[in-house]
Amino acid sequence: MNIRWESWVGGLGLLMLIGAHYAGLFVAPPEAMMGDVGRILYAHVPTAWVGLLTYLVAFIAGVGALLTGKAGWDAMVEASVEVGLLLNVLLLVQGSLWAKPTWGVYWTWDPRLTTCAIMVVAFGVVLALRKQIDDPARRLTLSSVATIVAFVNVPIVYMSVKWWRTLHQNFSSPDTVSSSMVTPLRIAAFGMLFLATSFVVRRWRLSLAQLNAEFEAPDLPEPSAPLRVED
Amino acid sequence: MKTVLDVLWKDALIEWRARARTVALLSFAYTVLLLFAFAIGPDAAALRQHAGAYLWLGMLLCSTLLLDRTMRIEFEADAIQRLLLTPVSAPGLFFGKALSNTLQLWLVGLFSVPLVIVVCDASLVEHVGTLLLTIALGGAGLAAPGTLYSAMLARLSGRQLLLPLMLFPLVVPVIVAAVKTTSLVMLGDPMEQTDSWMLLLLCFNLVYWSLCGVLFGRVVEA
Amino acid sequence: MRPPLTAIQQSTETGYEPTMECVVKTENLGRRFGRRWAVARVDLSVAAGERLLVIGPNGCGKTTLLRILATVLPPSQGRLELLGDAPSPRGRIGLMGHETGVYEDLSAAENLSVFARLGGADPANIPTLLATVGLDTRTDAVSSFSAGMRRRLALAHLLQAQPDLALLDEPFAQMDPGGIAQVSRSIQALPGAVIIASHQVHHAAPLCTRAVLMDEGQIRWTGPANQAEAAWRALHKERGDL
Repeated sequence: MNIRWESWVGGLGLLMLIGAHYAGLFVAPPEAMMGDVGRILYAHVPTAWVGLLTYLVAFIAGVGALLTGKAGWDAMVEASVEVGLLLNVLLLVQGSLWAKPTWGVYWTWDPRLTTCAIMVVAFGVVLALRKQIDDPARRLTLSSVATIVAFVNVPIVYMSVKWWRTLHQNFSSPDTVSSSMVTPLRIAAFGMLFLATSFVVRRWRLSLAQLNAEFEAPDLPEPSAPLRVED
Repeated sequence: MKTVLDVLWKDALIEWRARARTVALLSFAYTVLLLFAFAIGPDAAALRQHAGAYLWLGMLLCSTLLLDRTMRIEFEADAIQRLLLTPVSAPGLFFGKALSNTLQLWLVGLFSVPLVIVVCDASLVEHVGTLLLTIALGGAGLAAPGTLYSAMLARLSGRQLLLPLMLFPLVVPVIVAAVKTTSLVMLGDPMEQTDSWMLLLLCFNLVYWSLCGVLFGRVVEA
Repeated sequence: MRPPLTAIQQSTETGYEPTMECVVKTENLGRRFGRRWAVARVDLSVAAGERLLVIGPNGCGKTTLLRILATVLPPSQGRLELLGDAPSPRGRIGLMGHETGVYEDLSAAENLSVFARLGGADPANIPTLLATVGLDTRTDAVSSFSAGMRRRLALAHLLQAQPDLALLDEPFAQMDPGGIAQVSRSIQALPGAVIIASHQVHHAAPLCTRAVLMDEGQIRWTGPANQAEAAWRALHKERGDL
């Protein structure tokens, strides 16, 4: 049985996630201020990093699609937007689960949370737009443009912690996180990266097969016989 | 530059000829404000507190009507095809169109300010120039991506639903910044936060006016 | 100097004096929509100043071909050379298509004025243009115009542009006899090459030197314009319509 490389990568990623989450739940010390609730860090932070990275891939694919007009890039737009959206929704759910015991509410209209929710709509609409357009060339152009414009939103999300006063944590980095937590966090991040890569590549293959069928030109009709015209 | 002015002149002429539609748009802005006030009820403090929000929500709702309309006139008899066959460049066409939309949004904004002051019992604590600048940058921030998206969706049957769905998430930073700044002007700005919100508005405009100008050509040709 | 082309050799047979400048040259041109080829295997050459008539049954690809030549529709395959492979031919091509391309809220004169500014034409010619197409007495908005009047305005736009390549898709449609006469006169006055797609062969053929007949996206016959009606009859006979 020929197992594709992305399946191996995905399997490795899953194992790493399991290992990292085990360490995060049972081995690493509880977070100083939040206690055990802070352990969601090991799921939430990698989801955020990889989610944003996936949207970056969608942006690059959108630019590539506009420049080349090739189905391969268009398929990557579709695949990476879908996976990015999945991670984005997961991020919001995880955030809500953490918010309830910490802030007392599932949701608050904090700028970073708000813009994260906005991203779900901004990229979800790209998929809705794709469904509306039958012509493959037009679909490629318009969904690429929509992805590129939606992505410009992403740095605004990322910078919102700096620009506005917010309830959310500051950027997580090895400097702000103690060393006993860094290792499981790093493993979880790479695990999530590998798993997401696997999802994106598999989705890309599926999308490419569908698009190739659409983009593929049918055979030209046989040359028609010249018409006999009597004077 | 000449292209931009020519397109602007064209749109101004069309809007002047169909000024009844502009009156209808301003009436819509007024109605929206009244509805917000009714929804809140006779709570003067709440109305005053959120006057900025009502102003910009009204502008946002007006913008979708406006953007759909101004792009529809290009596509209904395929005038856009004739435009593309002239030596006019696509970026020039975009900037002319977006500028026309901006000016009309400024009109809606300027019309809405006295209404908000009256209906919500708001006042201008800070300098009125700040409010005018906010309307200018906020209107422009709505117009640029709005012009691109309305062109993108012009030939699709679901455009009336898709346009607000695509536009609103994108312009949330504009709305947030504009509402904050307007509220600071109306309620006072002791911590001097206005400048940072203005900077956000300015950056958003710079990014989107250039990005949308580049992408517009591909969208109208599609 | 370009070598003589097949089309020009054919044109010579009709008595048309060829010039060496080719405004349209296509090689194996094709355009598909989904899995259907609307235009396929089209090899066409049109010289400067030539008048070409394109005839064919409904759905044969005439409109698609004209839209490709106008550069508003990209071809799916093949080669297209316009105006000697000019880098930006668009400003020199005029299209009178199915859609009139007008602004409904403006008057005829205002429509022409708008495009005069954008296209660099002289606005002083507008009254003359309107008189030529018989719209000089109408100052109201185009939204009140009949279909025939809108077509006249579209013709005025074309005349204003003075294109090197004029493409007219069913120019006689929805026109009254006066309008048909005006269209004929206007076509004769156009300076550049003209390609007309029309069902009304008896009106269009006298204006043209050469004709092609399209069927199911391909060119099946090419010859002198005065044989176009005979070609039509031959196609109908082949299909068993007559």
